[in-house]
Amino acid sequence: MVTQAPKIQVDNLTIRHGERVALRDVSLAIRPNEVFAIIGPANAGKSSFLKALNRMDLFTDKMEVAGRILFNGRDIRTLRNLYALRRRIGVVFPLPVGLPLTIYENVALGPKLAGVRERAELDAIVERCLRLAALWDEVKDRLNDYGSLLSGGQQQRLTIARALSQSPEVLILDEFSIAIDPITTMRIEDVLEQLRSELTIILASTSIQQARRLADRTAFFLDGRCIEIGDTEPLFEGGARDARTRRYLEGRFG
Amino acid sequence: MSDRTSPFARDTTLHGDCDRRDAAWYIDKGVEWLLFLGGISAILFIIGIFAFITHEGMGFITTRFDAGEFFTTQYWTPSDEYDPEYGILAMLAGTASVTGLAMLTAIPFSLGAAIYIGEFAGERAREALKILVELLAAIPSVVWGFIGLSVMNPLLIALFDIPVGLNIVNAGILLGLMATPIMTSIAEDALKAVPDRYREAAEAMGATRWQVIYKVVLPAARNGLLGAVLLGVGRAFGETMVVLMATGHAINIPDSPFDAVRALTATIAAELGETTAGSDHWGALFTIGILLFVITFLINLSADLIVRGIRGK
Repeated sequence: MVTQAPKIQVDNLTIRHGERVALRDVSLAIRPNEVFAIIGPANAGKSSFLKALNRMDLFTDKMEVAGRILFNGRDIRTLRNLYALRRRIGVVFPLPVGLPLTIYENVALGPKLAGVRERAELDAIVERCLRLAALWDEVKDRLNDYGSLLSGGQQQRLTIARALSQSPEVLILDEFSIAIDPITTMRIEDVLEQLRSELTIILASTSIQQARRLADRTAFFLDGRCIEIGDTEPLFEGGARDARTRRYLEGRFG
Repeated sequence: MSDRTSPFARDTTLHGDCDRRDAAWYIDKGVEWLLFLGGISAILFIIGIFAFITHEGMGFITTRFDAGEFFTTQYWTPSDEYDPEYGILAMLAGTASVTGLAMLTAIPFSLGAAIYIGEFAGERAREALKILVELLAAIPSVVWGFIGLSVMNPLLIALFDIPVGLNIVNAGILLGLMATPIMTSIAEDALKAVPDRYREAAEAMGATRWQVIYKVVLPAARNGLLGAVLLGVGRAFGETMVVLMATGHAINIPDSPFDAVRALTATIAAELGETTAGSDHWGALFTIGILLFVITFLINLSADLIVRGIRGK
């Protein structure tokens, strides 16, 4: 297999929240079109890591990021238009965030902000994204209802549809299944399976089984350090080099 | 747009758009600047006002002013041609006594209202009361002064058998009622900020509603309630029209609540219009203004710090 230039390359990333160090000197590379999972117990630094990728640290008090993050080979701190970067990286947060808008507007918001005006084009984007997020059949007859009226699982799929609405190159999912039921979780995992050929997916999860089902490669974070990165199957088949990774995967701590 | 086979097919190697600052980017920067100007304008106005009153008062402070006379004597005869005296002790006592009585009136009313609205009232009573409390805040102070002259004055004369009803009690009660709305609404915010899980945890132990309020809610909201009271003090302290109309406006160190007094604010309001700009009298009034500014600033600042819980640093 030809080695491709990494989609996202992280060098010596250290993140502080005030006094607390959330992430210590993490370096890793995420390849184009792979599903990359980050597992680890709470407070391992997973969310901080994901936040840094699209520079959410700018809006987070006392969050300091040191080190380098390259997106398509370019240091994201030197970009002249940060908002354009965020349009290329979709994010799904742990709790579903249905914006106080109609279902249609929730999905059409991003394209509209980016300057799409034609109704037909917006309609097409909304339908396509809702279909990709496996929500279309449930909401196609009530696109003008408020997104907040949907159930939690539906709202999370709406969030995914919204994240896809600007055709991002990277989709980041931070503990997307933490607030939804197992059945919806499985549906969203199916959605991610279908998207994997289209874009790069980075997901953080406390569920190691979810990482095993979805990810091409998995990284194990512990106490702000990246302990180990490996191809998912060998890692889960007992091929972990580090004893702490093995113990975590066997469910013996965490 | 032309021949995209997949919606995600796009040129992923260029960063052109991540470096191109589009209209939205410039609008964002422009709006940020405008909002920044709006935000700092408050600071500019504060500094401007302080600079103005300091400038006007400085002529008096550097020449005629004598701190001993100013703060510890009660003789205020600024228009005396030969021997003007500038002592504000009586006015300090007047302002303090009226403000004190105002708080005695306002604290039970406002805390009672806040606790009822926040803890006991049902949805509809709560909304109705909040609107009414806000309406109370909208009554112009001259109307309160009018009530002081035409309602409270005869009422006090009839009730207490005194010759004149314009005194500390009259102004203090009115000021208390005037300060009640702001205190109620800040105190209610403080109660609302107490998480419901505290109440549930206490109720689940069989505590009565009053026990929950007294033992759990009020201690948890302590800082906010204290801040509410301090803001009320600031409101009463700086009020002018009511104290001008209802205190009797007589320079006098009171020894009974039925004595007429004069307040610092009312003195400025009553005298500044008849004073020659730049004279000692003018400067003395502005010096009172500086004092009012500093005290009000300190009261509001400490209220703010207490509400934020930055106490005891």
